[in-house]
Amino acid sequence: MEKENFRPLDLRKKLRPGESIIQALLFIAGILSIFITVAIVYELGKEAWLFFGNPDVTFAKFFGTTTWQPGIGRFGIWPLVTSTLVTSFIAILVSLPLGLAAALFLSEYASPKARSALKPILEILAGIPTVVYGYFALLFMTPLLQKIFGEGVEVYNMASAGIVMGIMILPLISSMSEDALSAVPRALREGAYAMGATKFETSLQVVLPAALSGIGAAVIIGISRAVGETMIVAVAAGAGPNFTFNPFQAAETMTGHIARISGGDLSYNTIDYTSLFAIALMLFLVTLVLNLVSQTIINKFRQRYE
Amino acid sequence: MQNNQPEIAIETKNLFIFYGSFAAVSEVNMKIEKQKITAIIGPSGCGKSTLLRAFNRMNDFVPSSYVTGEILLHGQNLYGKDIDPVEVRRKIGMVFQKPNPFPKSIYENITWGAKINGFKGNMDELVEQSLRGAALWDEVKDKLKKSAYELSGGQQQRLCIARTIAIQPDIILMDEPASALDPISTLRIEELMQELKQNYTIIIVTHNMQQAARVSDYTAMMMLEKDGSRSGTVIEFSETKRIFTNPKDKRTEDYVTGRFG
Amino acid sequence: MNPSRDHYPKGEELQRSLSARYRNASIWQILFLSALVIAILSLAALLYNVVDGAFGYVAFEYKNDPSEFTAKPLDDLNQQELLDILTANLSSGAFKKLDNEKAMEKRSRSDLHTLVLERLIQIDTKQTWSMTDSIFRSSEIKAEVAEKYPDAKLEFRSWLTPVFLTTPMSSKAEFAGVRTAILGSLWMVGIAILFALPIGTGAAIYLQEYASKNLLNRIIQTNINNLAGVPSIVYGMLGLAIFVRALEPLTSGSMFGVTDANGRTILSAGLTMGTLVLPLIIINAQEAIKAVPDSLRQAAFGVGATRWQTVWHHVLPNALPGILTGSILAVSRAIGETAPLIVVGASTFISIDPDGPFSKFTALPIQIYQWTTRAQSEFHAIAASAIIVLLVLLLSLNAAAILLRNRFQKKY
Ligand SMILES: Nc1ncnc2c1ncn2[C@@H]1O[C@H](COP(=O)(O)OP(=O)(O)O)[C@@H](O)[C@H]1O
Ligand SMILES: [Mg+2]
Repeated sequence: MEKENFRPLDLRKKLRPGESIIQALLFIAGILSIFITVAIVYELGKEAWLFFGNPDVTFAKFFGTTTWQPGIGRFGIWPLVTSTLVTSFIAILVSLPLGLAAALFLSEYASPKARSALKPILEILAGIPTVVYGYFALLFMTPLLQKIFGEGVEVYNMASAGIVMGIMILPLISSMSEDALSAVPRALREGAYAMGATKFETSLQVVLPAALSGIGAAVIIGISRAVGETMIVAVAAGAGPNFTFNPFQAAETMTGHIARISGGDLSYNTIDYTSLFAIALMLFLVTLVLNLVSQTIINKFRQRYE
Repeated sequence: MQNNQPEIAIETKNLFIFYGSFAAVSEVNMKIEKQKITAIIGPSGCGKSTLLRAFNRMNDFVPSSYVTGEILLHGQNLYGKDIDPVEVRRKIGMVFQKPNPFPKSIYENITWGAKINGFKGNMDELVEQSLRGAALWDEVKDKLKKSAYELSGGQQQRLCIARTIAIQPDIILMDEPASALDPISTLRIEELMQELKQNYTIIIVTHNMQQAARVSDYTAMMMLEKDGSRSGTVIEFSETKRIFTNPKDKRTEDYVTGRFG
Repeated sequence: MNPSRDHYPKGEELQRSLSARYRNASIWQILFLSALVIAILSLAALLYNVVDGAFGYVAFEYKNDPSEFTAKPLDDLNQQELLDILTANLSSGAFKKLDNEKAMEKRSRSDLHTLVLERLIQIDTKQTWSMTDSIFRSSEIKAEVAEKYPDAKLEFRSWLTPVFLTTPMSSKAEFAGVRTAILGSLWMVGIAILFALPIGTGAAIYLQEYASKNLLNRIIQTNINNLAGVPSIVYGMLGLAIFVRALEPLTSGSMFGVTDANGRTILSAGLTMGTLVLPLIIINAQEAIKAVPDSLRQAAFGVGATRWQTVWHHVLPNALPGILTGSILAVSRAIGETAPLIVVGASTFISIDPDGPFSKFTALPIQIYQWTTRAQSEFHAIAASAIIVLLVLLLSLNAAAILLRNRFQKKY
């Protein structure tokens, strides 16, 4: 090859405007995600501010009363909160034992063949849109509950929505728990086996406790998902705030309420409009905290076994 | 000693250990004497760990692995059809290269094995006895409820020894137990082994020649076979003194004098 | 030896305690397995429930007897005869309106057939039954119908038909289809991907290839992980505040001379959904870029390439299948999402095909939601049919993703 075919050698630093422009564009793409978060906080915060700035709305009313009907000046948030808690609690009650047991089976017992047959089923379950789960809750789970528990079960009820939400969250809890279980170092299992422990004693008494914080992180993410889940509760839990802890009664959750009210023709600058943003802000903050806590736990957990 | 027949703790006959179709260890015939320390030495990858883990069936967890031949404990073949590997491991405990205490308290680390194995005596006594046996009691007696992870590496390894002796095995296997430790901790473990051999038969894998010479009564020298099969075997097995001063095999001599490779 | 050895079980007792331990273990193993069995059963129940709803007997009456319009059986009429009936019996205004939507002469026979049924004869559904009931209680159903609705006709129907896929919305379940909804979903997803894929890939390249480990970049990374966990309805609220309201001149199209529109358009929905899937796309693209071995980058740098040349010529081509797989998964997430669309104002009744980013819109999951929450069982039947359409769509997308992954899986 001829040296003359190349441009002359010059080792000094060159300005490469193309490179710099591209790098700037990529940086903007990267930083956009921060803007999204800022926009969420700003927009929700702004409208929530307007809501709480309304002279009729006081903190005492908001947290001290139990009727939510902004249209007629009732601003007690509790009915929306309690039904969110009840449905989420039921969901975790269903998904934690099932998800954990499934994870234990998959990571400790199943042969590679069985695993590759069983895992896709959980993945399908995870991929089903939540509105389909809503259909399932209303038209399968509710009639089933009515058959089992009789007349006391209302057509719209929190139990049905919660149980189906639990099924929806199950794959998430199971796969995160499985990750936590398989992150437990082999040396620990071998230590247990070498003392004459059976496989079962090892997985339940050594591996499971060692993975506990990872599993805790899974549960927290599960709660966050349940609290933020909309369609299942919008379809099956009930269409109206109701202050009750009875799972067989209808009650609207925070998300369900937002979906129903915003589904109508909502006009801007009304108390209905701003109140939805106040609820959404609460949702955002609660799920944010849950997600951050879960992530911190996972990072700690990983460090410990690295 | 030389005159009366030595008592045999464990014996291998024509032992081959496979990973799939690869024979990692070939044709091992050893009689390991009771209440003695037997060292297994040799270059890395020659199958020392594989052989050691065959003694308490830890290789069972590698799905492709299997053995041919026999390992006899009190005349029973450990790989016999009706042998329960769980029970084998209770009789033949193991200490690993890296300390691996359970993420529980010091106390529970010791009692856990006892509990699952149906121990009916006094737990506190057992804990004290085992920790004393592992020369750790004085250092931890005031913090038994603390997490085992708060101990230093050397202390953790002695805790692992303590938890092994708590289940009262006949034989203790040690796979390079000091290789992850500092010289002082190593020394303590070596001293501890001398005490342990009053009650237990110990088989230790080490690639530290001086350590083998210092602690062991017998030494097994392992090497890859000459035939190019990459399969390891025991090329010489006799009293440690002899291996280090007057080996029969030229390869052993090269290895122990550092002229190997 | 050591005294405590006596405290461990021996002989007979040892055997007994061992077998008790094993029994215990197998009981628990069965319990663990049953969790998976429950998961499988739930999935089976869900799918069965949907299929069960989409087929079955339906009892209906004709408001107007077909013989008022024709002597021949309706099903035997040809296209021209049907058209004649419509011309003769529809009010001129109604006919004109239909003709404006689509020229009557150009309509297919089945289209005209539907119109005759819908506009003239006017079906009145009395009751529907699930597939299982229809199969196993067929004689009871027949007896019940004969007694309760003596004039009704009973017919075993598949609610999911090719016509269902190609007809627009209708206020009558019998004539409703998912055409507008599918088109709405496709437009919306198209816009979402067009928006999120370049930005997401760019962000991933920045984070993997350019970002140093400083505080800002750590915050960006944590923030992306958190955004992935924000409830979808919150994205809906963001979309409502920003795209629908604040950017109304842009998203309604009034900036471009579109009149008679507000911000509740496909464009707003697409941008909202794009924002929602952006973190997913970034995270997936990061994984794909991470999987490209360093040796490749070093080789490129070694022959004097700049960073961007290295990324563009070596990293991106190798990461592309992974990035595309991630995008397909993001698409399937977007297609199934419902809540944000409700909030940004999907129209629930709309029978005109969307024709651009400034159209009002509906989407497949919106229709499912709408129909599921109706009280009449015939709407549940079409909800079930729409669910099958949605699930088949998602299944094909995932199959495509798996194929892509297997096809391009590189062994480095
Ligand atoms: N789990 C395993 N699967 C397959 N081969 C293995 C496994 N463990 C070890 N080997 C192989 O067996 C041989 C001996 O390994 P090992 O017993 O660990 O040697 P050493 O402990 O002497 O260094 C090596 O060639 C190693 O690659
Ligand atoms: Mg080794």
